[in-house]
Amino acid sequence: MLEDLFNVVTTRFNSVVKDDKDKKESKSTVDIPKDLFFKCPRCSSVVVSEDLDNNLGVCPDCGYHSRISAVRRLAMVADKESFIEYDKDMISKNPIDFPEYEEKQAKLREQTGLKDAVITGECTIRGRKCVIGIMDSRYMMASMGSVVGEKLTRAFEKATEKRLPIVLFTASGGARMQEGMVSLMQMAKTSGAAARHSEAGLLYITVMTDPTTGGVTASFASLGDIIIAEPKVLIGFAGRRVIEGTIKQRLPEDFQSAEFLLEHGFVDMIVDRKSMRKTLSHLISLHTDNVEVKDR
Amino acid sequence: MSMNNITPWKKMEIIRHKNRPTIRDYLPMIFEDFYEMHGDRLYGDDGAIIGGIGRLRGMPVTIIAEVKGRDLNENKQSNFAMPHPEGYRKALRLAKQAEKFKRPVICFIDTPGAFCGIEAEKRGQGEAIARNLFEFMTLKTPVVSVVLGEGGSGGALALGVCDELGMLSNSIYSVISPRGFASILWKDASREKEACNIMKITAEDLTELQICDAIIEESEGGAHNDPMMTAENIEEFLVKTLKEKMQIDIDVLLNQRYTKFRKIGEFEESAAAEE
Repeated sequence: MLEDLFNVVTTRFNSVVKDDKDKKESKSTVDIPKDLFFKCPRCSSVVVSEDLDNNLGVCPDCGYHSRISAVRRLAMVADKESFIEYDKDMISKNPIDFPEYEEKQAKLREQTGLKDAVITGECTIRGRKCVIGIMDSRYMMASMGSVVGEKLTRAFEKATEKRLPIVLFTASGGARMQEGMVSLMQMAKTSGAAARHSEAGLLYITVMTDPTTGGVTASFASLGDIIIAEPKVLIGFAGRRVIEGTIKQRLPEDFQSAEFLLEHGFVDMIVDRKSMRKTLSHLISLHTDNVEVKDR
Repeated sequence: MSMNNITPWKKMEIIRHKNRPTIRDYLPMIFEDFYEMHGDRLYGDDGAIIGGIGRLRGMPVTIIAEVKGRDLNENKQSNFAMPHPEGYRKALRLAKQAEKFKRPVICFIDTPGAFCGIEAEKRGQGEAIARNLFEFMTLKTPVVSVVLGEGGSGGALALGVCDELGMLSNSIYSVISPRGFASILWKDASREKEACNIMKITAEDLTELQICDAIIEESEGGAHNDPMMTAENIEEFLVKTLKEKMQIDIDVLLNQRYTKFRKIGEFEESAAAEE
């Protein structure tokens, strides 16, 4: 199997070399596109990106569920053409006048096609209607500033108003430092909206994806009625390096993994990508079907 | 505003002064009959947060406070005011008790941040903070918070979901320490002072951002110069605020509390904004 992998790598590599030669004959050094391979951050295996892609973004060697775009995630979970996006044009301002924040945003918007780090809306999952929010780590490590906070708060409020369950796929480096205290307050704002949705007796499912950390772990991500995590993803409050710096020792490999959180009682279940859609639809239907116990 | 022209960095120096009064100094000056209550009933008792019941000018109140130590021994006990999850869970337990007995809750914030360590992660530091944000937002009794010195990040916010936030005039409240800010955004922790001055973390800045509701004046040059006078100002603020909040119908109060946080955020949403 390993040999196969190398063969694929070699073939791909050769084809790139060839293509490149065709284009610029005189060029002596070859740039290998850096997105051609994926090095798994968990098991260090090197995987051809295309193979990773064909495997739903899951490392074929260790099962680590790598980061994928919000758009791709939506396509994996929602019924085709069922998604109606909320607040798709919302962009952030610069509340503390942090130098070059606007420029950075503009550049990222262009690179990612996103307006900020979360998309929200409503969709059906195998016919079950819900409000959905998906964070995208490509956008400033999906840190939470005004836009993420506002869009998620509105998503909770919409779900409360329409009496719908809400499913949030979380991923985040935490609060967005560039927005200062305004970003910290988004933790209280989103948690408050989650509390109101909860008080209305409605279902909130969190799916923690890689990485779910900092102020997002310390707010809405940890507040689901049901908390699901993808295999091998990083979940924690403090950064690994911060802790290592505080305690002056190396942390164990599996520290802050989904499995670590399951063991310590902070997630309900670990669900792989293949089964996510089905699991979510079942869990939603268990909460929305109003069926009395059947007579034999 | 006598403190208005002090730079944020100067304020940092004032709040780091070795004689800066802590909640242990203020408690007997502001409250009578204080009984400390221990433990979260789940795991243990955290010395970084103290809580209990006392009287504020006769009225029973629940008091929850992050505790800075005044010397090494006290700091060992209070873990330099960096709470573990059991501290936040103790706070929540006492807040729920206050709700049951219809007492207002007074929180004092004074922490560099929630503790970052193996045990804290194992016991769910993130969950503990999140749960407090969630529960305090719907707690059916008035909540008033006061930042005494340093309000560091989520570890501070866990006692900061309230109906009214007061800040001592030299205190700061920030998303991360200026040192952490400089280190993450500029990869250079030595630019701490510069970070401190641009982060908008003083009581004046946060009033402008509608996060801080009242600035409580300290004695000239900092609270350490006259703790008693500062305590009187805190007491004045608490009495005035609670008198007002206790009058308000609880559902109205909860709506106001929700709105207080709901309205924070700066964004634009016209499709044309991009072009």
